Amino acid sequence: MTEPLSRDDVAHVAKLARLRLTEDELVRYTEQLGKILVHAQDLSSLDLHGVAPTAHPFGLVNVVRNDEVRASLDPAPVLAQAPDVEDGRFAVPRIVGEAP
Amino acid sequence: MKSALEIAAAVRGGQSALVAVEESLTAIRARNEELNVFLYVDEDGARAAAALVDERVRRGEDPGLLAGVPIALKDNLCTTGIPTTCSSKILEGWKPPYNATVVDRLVAQGAISMGKTNLDEFAMGSSTENSAFGPTRNPLDPARVPGGSSGGSAAAVASNMTPISLGSDTGGSIRQPAALCGLVGVKPTYGLVSRYGLIAFASSLDQIGPFANSVTDAALLLEAIAGYDPMDSTSLPESAPSLMAHVNDGVAGKRIGLVRELVDGADEDVVRAVNKAVETLKDAGATIVEISIPELHLGLSAYYIIAPAEASSNLARFDGVRFGNRVDGEDVTAMMEATRTAGFGAEVKRRIMLGTYALSTGYFDAYYGQALKVRTRMIEAFATAYQQVDMIIGATTPSVAFEFGSKTNDPMAMYLNDVFTIPTNLAGEAAISVPFGTGEANLPIGVQLLGPGRSEARLFAAARVLEIADGRA
Repeated sequence: MTEPLSRDDVAHVAKLARLRLTEDELVRYTEQLGKILVHAQDLSSLDLHGVAPTAHPFGLVNVVRNDEVRASLDPAPVLAQAPDVEDGRFAVPRIVGEAP
Repeated sequence: MKSALEIAAAVRGGQSALVAVEESLTAIRARNEELNVFLYVDEDGARAAAALVDERVRRGEDPGLLAGVPIALKDNLCTTGIPTTCSSKILEGWKPPYNATVVDRLVAQGAISMGKTNLDEFAMGSSTENSAFGPTRNPLDPARVPGGSSGGSAAAVASNMTPISLGSDTGGSIRQPAALCGLVGVKPTYGLVSRYGLIAFASSLDQIGPFANSVTDAALLLEAIAGYDPMDSTSLPESAPSLMAHVNDGVAGKRIGLVRELVDGADEDVVRAVNKAVETLKDAGATIVEISIPELHLGLSAYYIIAPAEASSNLARFDGVRFGNRVDGEDVTAMMEATRTAGFGAEVKRRIMLGTYALSTGYFDAYYGQALKVRTRMIEAFATAYQQVDMIIGATTPSVAFEFGSKTNDPMAMYLNDVFTIPTNLAGEAAISVPFGTGEANLPIGVQLLGPGRSEARLFAAARVLEIADGRA
């Protein structure tokens, strides 16, 4: 069986998932994820034409509530747990100005 | 330690709730260092809560179903002002600004939280070896794992630190540790228990449920926490089912399916226990039907695509912006990468990447799309089986508790531990693991009873028959 995913695939996926991997980790995860995906390949060989996918066990329908004002979390204790806060808002490092 | 039912009765009868709380604290002090069960012990909070329960009794108010009963909470349940870590460095030191609905319900029913228990990081694992704060040891044999991911909550009850505890079950994380620690563990029907305030792993599979020494205590705890919650959009719109009233209903006239796929591959001692359980249920008046559900063999593969896919999405929120730890970086992307790289452990990273891959362009249909269709097949296969039988019996785990390190180098070997428990989560149905007999090294074996959605009462009744036959009650 062909290798289900390459080192480059793992590096790409890590980037998408906002994770940095060392060289050692890249090698190890390529091997481990490959083994899991080989096991999962018995799924792709199944003929499931016409079978509807189930994303949710009981056919979830959208739940709506009346558009009424009600109490929610007090911002102060929420912000008190944040890594960085400025003027009652979550603060983060520079977002714009990154080189494309 | 007394049962939850006995403690609640004593407290209603005027015994101070502090009696059981102090007993629990003594048991925690005696073995927590050795076993690493609790990550946080809320000594002051427990005593204060006991005083409030006593006050309710004094005023003649109903102190609740669980009046004065000490309980342990898996540390992925949010507790206001009490550290909630998911056994991850990324949340170390974080204190939630609100309680999970189940926590509020426990308080309303008079239960007393003793603190937060260890788990595999973000509930990903089957041994508690993936905790950032060290593994929990099995109280019955400290050289062995207690199972996982709710290993701390299982060990709390197995070591008599608390008579009951709460865990969460995404692919077997309550039933597997219950089996390995000799306890009753329940994965309730999807939607029966609110997940508001349960830190999400795989939202279409996660369910909160009880651990207890007995079927009756498990039923009592589930009754106390079940029922509709407007804060959880997946909550079933109905009140808590009546379970205590049915635990002694027996199995006379019930049809029970012995499913080959839920026994195949298990160790000899486990197979023997299941067969003995089948004989016991037959003697109690049930009709046993041998059936085969070949689709169950696909469960593991489907689960290890679906659960990581959902996890990769759910865990995107841990990015150093709103809660938990942050590692600085020169821009926001660098900060997020540094935070997540330092904060997540190896198994969590593995599953995030697996899920990200399965959802990525070019692979979505082959993996995630196929897995969702397999899930449909599994639901249909169970539905067909339940036209023939009222419930299904099988093993909970392939073996008794295993030794530390024996499966840590091979993720697939660890995942195979969940092969019998996963199908219930994929189908959104109910299952219970009940201790029945012992195997290798005199360690307990769990027998699993599975039923369709909302079949808890009938599963509890059957489990109770086995519990009595096993000399446990």
